Amino acid sequence: MADLSFDLATQSVRELNGTLHRTPHDSPVRRVVIDHPDGAHSIAVGLNAPISVEINGHVGYYVAGMNKHAHVTVNGNAGPGAAENMMSGRVHVRGFASTAAGASAHGGLLVIDGDASLRCGISLKGADIVVGGSVGSFSAFMAQAGRIVICGDAEDALGDSLYEAVIYVRGNVRSLGADARFEPMGPKDLEAVAGLLAAAGLKHPPAEFRRIASAKSLYHWHADANQEY
Amino acid sequence: MTRIQKEESAGFDRQTIDYIQRAAATGLYEIRGLGSKRRVPNFDDLLFLAASLSRYPLEGYRERCTTRTLLGTRYASKPIELAIPITIAGMSFGALSARVKDALGRAATEVGTSTTTGDGGMTMEERASSKTLIYQCLPSRYGFNPDDVRRADAIEIVIGQGAKPGGGGMLLGQKVNPRVAGMRTLPEGVDQRSASRHPDWTGPDDLVIKINELREITDWEKPIYVKVGATRVFNDVKLAVHAGADVIVVDGMQGGTAATQTVFIENVGIPTLAALRQAVDALDDLNMRGTVQLIISGGIRSGADVAKALAMGADAVALGQGVMIALGCNSDTYIAKGQHISAVDDYAKLGTAPGFCHHCHTGQCPVGVTTQDAVLEQRLEPEVGAKRLRNYLKTLNMELTTIARACGKQDVHHLEKEDLVALTVEAAAMAGVPLAGTSWIPGRQGS
Repeated sequence: MADLSFDLATQSVRELNGTLHRTPHDSPVRRVVIDHPDGAHSIAVGLNAPISVEINGHVGYYVAGMNKHAHVTVNGNAGPGAAENMMSGRVHVRGFASTAAGASAHGGLLVIDGDASLRCGISLKGADIVVGGSVGSFSAFMAQAGRIVICGDAEDALGDSLYEAVIYVRGNVRSLGADARFEPMGPKDLEAVAGLLAAAGLKHPPAEFRRIASAKSLYHWHADANQEY
Repeated sequence: MTRIQKEESAGFDRQTIDYIQRAAATGLYEIRGLGSKRRVPNFDDLLFLAASLSRYPLEGYRERCTTRTLLGTRYASKPIELAIPITIAGMSFGALSARVKDALGRAATEVGTSTTTGDGGMTMEERASSKTLIYQCLPSRYGFNPDDVRRADAIEIVIGQGAKPGGGGMLLGQKVNPRVAGMRTLPEGVDQRSASRHPDWTGPDDLVIKINELREITDWEKPIYVKVGATRVFNDVKLAVHAGADVIVVDGMQGGTAATQTVFIENVGIPTLAALRQAVDALDDLNMRGTVQLIISGGIRSGADVAKALAMGADAVALGQGVMIALGCNSDTYIAKGQHISAVDDYAKLGTAPGFCHHCHTGQCPVGVTTQDAVLEQRLEPEVGAKRLRNYLKTLNMELTTIARACGKQDVHHLEKEDLVALTVEAAAMAGVPLAGTSWIPGRQGS
């Protein structure tokens, strides 16, 4: 039973977000259900309270953008920028996610049951992302911190210009991006993958995953800057 | 006695020879701070036509001349109200020390204007000292978070910067100390690259939706600025208006940077003068003057520059390098406990001298402005810096109102293009004002 329900067929996104923003941490509201999102953008953005939000249908851009504390579930597909810049909490897309899912997210967990499109986890800053399916090209581009688990395949340039983020991939990788490299899986990696899969409700043997991290050859603008002759 | 010939080549002058020799020795392009050093048509090439027989002036500094400036009136429920139309441009914590950011906030608050964060996020010092703080949303998203979005007074989406449009940003490892690294979620000492593209949107149609998201997050209270580096300004301004910007910031090629390739600084983008006219033309074309406010930046130095920018159609200006120079950048001394102490030897260690320094990228600023070094940053005392900057901003405002009064304006925003003429054909064409002593505006039909 929902404490609050919204029907976006008759109510506006503004009304929804305004109400959710006024929900304080100690509010008795714990569960919010949103029906008929019909691809609307910016649903449940800027949340700042430990509430559970369930969206029944497909959503447009930036669902749960800049989320903090809240648990948001999309019972459908998500447009670009799902959970962008999330700080904490959990966002679960039960369908597919479009481009830039989890972009620049600092914390929390983003779970995508299906595939994620281009640039999944771009500029990631500490969040965890688990993708049940495959990811598009340039995923984890310039990812700085955090972990990305990919249960399927990855398209081109995976992990291009990585900093400290780590990628675990189970399927095929069409190509790695600049400065990304495969590294051996250690016990801590296996433990991390097992934990993230469990958190996402997925079951794969962690040993089937490979680790990708930065070779750190781009960490400095020019390593031989004093090569005067 | 042998006569030494000194016929310098125009094409291969000493500067060019030095550039080639340096490139040959290092195999690296040069990275440096500050802005373009080449001469381009600028506000010095414009003059005011003050009141005379056909215009009625106001009395010197006595009669009232209003400088109040409203920004962000299009959609935001809480627009920005400033006492003067002179704002402080976005400069990052990382490029500048936290003490400098504190000084900027103090000075801005004292004179009733805004200051702006930069790449790397918002410091507690600048939030505490700035009554009105504009929070930048940059492609890197370093330090960008919803708490600071809520703490900000306006959001500025940065598409580009005048010194390096399309170029992203750099902060070399020597400035990435533990605090800077922590705020940017990067390893300490890494040569940090700021992305040139936003991670979660591409193109103007996406920008419409991005702006809408930020409005939703801020409950439509805070103005959304869009900042572009001056390139295809006419089109960019139109697209930014279409995307829903409340305020558009156009940064001309003379704008400064903390660290960028010299080849970028000197060869990419268009002069502020030309950019401003294109921006105003775009707003006029859309009938959006007064609805969407325009801030111009890039090489603004004096009250005369401010007055000319306003006369051409800007609602406000933003200053970066001028602000830094007011704090002490390129001064031969720094001030400690009221005493002027020579920094000349420290300039020399960098291979430069006061008046010529552009070594912001090294983090070894001899006067403590563009450094993260724990010792060097002490050379800028926030109280002293704030006082100097306050004086500078007040001076600019006095110069602005003096000119406005002489042109017969009770409000500096009443300055108009008709008040201006150009000294050169180039400036006349770029600014769209007549060449002095003529009615000729190059490029205009019937001219």
